Order: sequence, then structure tokens, then C-alpha cells
Amino acid sequence: MSLRIVVCVKYVPDATGDRHFAEDLTVDRDDVDGLLSELDEYAVEQALQISEEADDAEITVLTVGPEDAKDALRKALSMGADKAVHVEDDDLHGTDVVGTSLVLAKAIEKTGYDLVVCGMASTDGTMGVLPALLAERLGVPQVTLLSEVSVEDGTVKGRRDGDTASELLEASLPAVVSVTDQSGEARYPSFKGIMAAKKKPVTSWDLEDLEIDADVVGLEGAWTAVDGATERPARTAGTIVKDEGEGGKQLAAFLAERKFI
Amino acid sequence: MAEVLVYVDHVDGAVRKPTLELLTLARRIGEPVAVHLGPGADAAAPVLAEHGAVKVLTADAPEFADYLVVPKVDALQAAYKAVSPAAVLVPSSAEGKEIAARLALRIGSGIITDAVDLEAGDEGPVATQSVFAAAFTTKSRVSNGTPVITVKPNSAAVEAAPAAGTVEPLSVTFSDQATGTKITSRTPRESTGRPELTEAAIVVSGGRGVGGAENFPIVEALADSLGAAVGASRAAVDAGWYPHTNQVGQTGKSVSPQLYIATGISGAIQHRAGMQTSKTIVAINKDAEAPIFDLVDYGVVGDLFEVVPQLTEEIKTRKG
Ligand SMILES: Cc1cc2nc3c(=O)[nH]c(=O)nc-3n(C[C@H](O)[C@H](O)[C@H](O)COP(=O)(O)OP(=O)(O)OC[C@H]3O[C@@H](n4cnc5c(N)ncnc54)[C@H](O)[C@@H]3O)c2cc1C
Ligand SMILES: Nc1ncnc2c1ncn2[C@@H]1O[C@H](COP(=O)(O)O)[C@@H](O)[C@H]1O
Repeated sequence: MSLRIVVCVKYVPDATGDRHFAEDLTVDRDDVDGLLSELDEYAVEQALQISEEADDAEITVLTVGPEDAKDALRKALSMGADKAVHVEDDDLHGTDVVGTSLVLAKAIEKTGYDLVVCGMASTDGTMGVLPALLAERLGVPQVTLLSEVSVEDGTVKGRRDGDTASELLEASLPAVVSVTDQSGEARYPSFKGIMAAKKKPVTSWDLEDLEIDADVVGLEGAWTAVDGATERPARTAGTIVKDEGEGGKQLAAFLAERKFI
Repeated sequence: MAEVLVYVDHVDGAVRKPTLELLTLARRIGEPVAVHLGPGADAAAPVLAEHGAVKVLTADAPEFADYLVVPKVDALQAAYKAVSPAAVLVPSSAEGKEIAARLALRIGSGIITDAVDLEAGDEGPVATQSVFAAAFTTKSRVSNGTPVITVKPNSAAVEAAPAAGTVEPLSVTFSDQATGTKITSRTPRESTGRPELTEAAIVVSGGRGVGGAENFPIVEALADSLGAAVGASRAAVDAGWYPHTNQVGQTGKSVSPQLYIATGISGAIQHRAGMQTSKTIVAINKDAEAPIFDLVDYGVVGDLFEVVPQLTEEIKTRKG
């Protein structure tokens, strides 16, 4: 039987651009350039490698996001994923992580899956909790923050490098996995891949398709509220000296003045 | 007064500093009740009491060490049921965030991660977060259920505030999911003898400019002269010059020390994301145009192989 892999990818504002908030204090996704979160490229890469090892596998990339999020799906398809699902609905605007996990879980169940692969964190929200929430909702093992992952005979194995120890993990499928940027460089789409991606199917679902009530998602349905956002004041310009033989000593004098020595 | 659950991060009963900081923050909202899972409760309890825990709930079972995350969620949920707290605070480690998120979902609560400050508010605790690589500061709160909030290290001062710290066993029934992900082996990290990166008051980091693993001792010597932790940019980590556990930035550790010294680091946005909230920032870089200089309180444009050893010597001399 074919191994059904669903990769969750997020479309995020470009981190090297000027990111800001919209009036309603949600992340502004309209006036900024967006792209496939770089950390989710690692998820796509590992899914591709797992599928190459498997006899028969199919990779669906899944995103919840605005119209432009299709760009993220195209990129993942051009890397080699087989098909895509885009969940898009005006009522999703402002959904928090708990709501997003509900929508993703419903879409994953509707797609059918043996393995869900996520990135370690989104580059805009940077929470890193969605994979755990998905596992909780789907009622399957979470095998998260892996720097190495493999699937064999219905078992997923991986290495998790934590703060105090490095652990080897094991769980049976179905399972939710997330991979870190230590898992291996993501491939660049080839020209052939980019051309092929244009013909791959992209299915669009809205909340109704997933049988989700509009009032449990969006800003209204969010279980957290942002009351204010202020731009961090620019740091006051510091002293910059050119080393002319005494740079280390000058720096030591500064550190002493600030009582670090 | 309302009780606040504080999840204890510890290594065999040695309580890690971020948990003591959480006790300080918890006291602003209510009375801290600490939850200690795994071995070492006897050693931990007096320390937790000393820092304000009115009660210490303890549970130990092989499941905590043998399976990933879920057994701890089950236990924290049991504590939640036993206490009906006003809020649940968890240290913002990778594991802490996952535990907190699953608990929040189970108890129908919103979750805030990576708070850098916490105050009591009319509608519940108000969390300060630093977002978009620390370009913005936000104030948020949980609007549904009991607030579950994870807090970054170095967000509050550790304060002694002796309280009863009554130890009570917590009874935990593990869920079906508890044994889903088996931990088949664990290799503890070797101690370097230096302070923990996220907890250190001073961090000295090296980047691509350090030029090779063989040169990192120059960075380490500076760190040791200041009693500092050693950090590294992703470029240095990817090149294999320094372990990934020491990486500072978006996909590494986020640090907020009193003093951050960047040597041979350009200051890319992903690096800044992990160190921009440091109180005092110092950089040594031979390129006067490097973006790191936009952040610094003091910068030296020069060759790190000249400046850093001289600095280390001068610090040693001054310290006598
Ligand atoms: C999704 C994603 C996540 C990332 N996460 C992280 C992260 O967590 N942490 C992180 O650090 N990066 C991260 N990066 C990478 C980041 O974009 C940069 O590539 C990286 O920070 C560069 O490291 P560097 O400053 O050491 O190297 P460079 O940018 O190459 O800078 C080296 C600097 O050293 C200086 N130099 C060279 N020789 C000397 C000398 N002899 N004396 C003094 N100065 C010298 C040079 O002038 C230069 O400014 C991430 C990138 C992506 C896409
Ligand atoms: N809107 C989304 N659509 C699809 N996948 C997502 C979305 N948000 C988060 N994810 C996945 O969850 C991971 C962690 O996200 P987060 O918890 O938001 O940091 C990401 O790397 C993605 O794999």
C-alpha cells in the first residue's frame, strides 16, 4: 500500500523584508512579499527523501492561508511533491495557532494520511507548537524536532537534539513528525520540476468543505488577543572605533565602565 | 488568592534557573504551585519553597523518561484538575512549549509562547512578547480559558521569597497516547563547565570570521575571562566548527544576556532574532559596513585575531 505523506507548509512574509502589523494587529500578509517558509523547505525535503526510500509513496503539500499562499504550494510541488491542498476562506483571517491546528487536522483527515511532516516552526509566528497540537488533535504519536528521520515498515525513527540530551525516538505510523534545519539542505527546484509543477493538481477547500463553523476560527474565534504592538525603538547609535593597535584595550575600558569587569 | 501552576524544568532535581524566574513572575499573578515530574523532588522542593512555591506537587514514573512529551502533559493536566489555577506557566524550552500547547488544547485554553515579561491585568495576565526578530514588542493575553503561557529565560530576576512549599504527591493516570513515542536512547550533553547559553549573564559568540574550529579557543578564552557562555552563528555551526547546541538565532537559542559580544559575525536578520534583546551589545568585525554595527553599544572595526586576544589579556590584567 502506498505511503500517504502530508507536508504542512506555511506561506510567510519575507523575513529580510519589512514585516509589520495590520490595523487589526494581525500579521500584515497583504502589503509584503511572501514565500514558502524556509523552515518548511526542510519538511518538504525530508518527505521527498522518505518517499524515495519507500516502494510507493504520495506526497500532498497542504497550506492554510490567503490566495497568495498558492506560491508556497507551487514551490513545494516544483521541489517534487505530487499534489497540493489549499485551505482558503475569508473567515480564516486572524486565526490563532489553536484554530489553525483544527483546520489543518480536518484537512489532513479529509486527505487521508500515514505520515504528517511539518517544519520546526514558522518563520513569522515562531511558536513551534503546531506539530504537537496536530498530534494531540489527530490522536497519533508526535515525533518532533528531528535532526534525522527515517521510515521503515510502518515505524518512524528519528533523532531529537534537545537542550540537555540527544534522544533517539520511535513511533508507529500514523504519526506527526517535525524536522529541524539540521535535517539536511533542501533541494532547489529544477527547471523540469518547475515545469512539471504547473500541471500538478491543486485542490481548494473552504471551511464548509471541512465542516468547520466560521465562529471557531478567525479573529473572533481566537483564544488569544493582541492588545498592542509597538515598534522597538531604534538602538541609540553606539561608539564605533577603528582598531589601530589598541582596539582590545579600548573595548576593555568600555566594559569596565559598564561594570562588566 | 488564586494559585498559579509553575512547571518545573530540572535535571534530576537540580532546578534550572528559568523555573526560578517563573516563580518570580507567578507571584505577580497569584500563589505559585510548582509541579515537579520525575526524580529528584526531595532536592528540588526546598529550592522551590525558597523561591515562593506554596505547594510542590510531585509525581515520578518511568513513563516521564521513556516516552516523549505526552506523559508530562497528562501529569500537568492532573495538576490542573487538582488546583484549578488562574494561570499555567511553563519555561519556553522546546519541550516546554510542546507540553504547554497540548495542555492548552485539552483544557480549552489559548496559549502564548515566548513571553519576555508578565504582569497582572484586569482581564488576566498580560504577556509581553518580542516579535519579528525583535523589531516589535506586543502585549497579549489569553481570551479563552485558563491562560497557558511559556516564558523565555532571563525574563525576570530570581528572587528569594520563602513560602511553605508543602510537598504533595500528585496522582497521574496516563492517557492512551502517553506511550506513543518511545525514547529508545538518551545521550546527555557533556558539560563544558561554562554557564548555560540561555541563562548566562554574558555571551561571547563567534561567526564565520573565526575561520575554523581550531580558532574557536580564542573565543572561548575571552568567554572564560568574563565567566561567559560561548555562542556561534549558524555559519560557524554549519561549517562544523562549533556544536549546534551553541547556535544563537532563529533556529538556535534565543539569548537575552546583560552583555553580548559578537566576533566575526555579520548580523544577519536570523542571527539578530536570537540576540537583539541583549542589554549591552558589542561587536568586533573587520568590515565597518557589517549590519551588526547597527545594534552595538560599542563596536571595534578590526581583525578579531588582533582585538580579541588583546581584550582577553586586558580583562585578565584588570581583574588581577
Ligand atoms: C531559515 C533560516 C534560519 C537561520 N537561522 C539562523 C540562526 O539561528 N542563527 C544564525 O546565526 N544564522 C541563521 N541563519 C543564517 C543567517 O542568514 C546568516 O547566514 C548567518 O547568521 C551568517 O553567519 P556569520 O555572521 O557568522 O557569517 P557571515 O555573514 O559570513 O559574516 C562573517 C563576518 O565576519 C567578518 N570577519 C571575517 N574575518 C574576520 C576577522 N578576521 N576579524 C573580524 N571580522 C571578520 C566579516 O566581515 C563578516 O561580517 C538562518 C538562515 C535561514 C534562511
Ligand atoms: N497556516 C499553515 N499552513 C500549513 N502549515 C502550517 C501553518 N502554520 C504552521 N504550519 C506548520 O506547522 C509548523 C510549525 O508552525 P508554528 O507552530 O506556527 O511555528 C510549520 O513549520 C508548518 O509545517
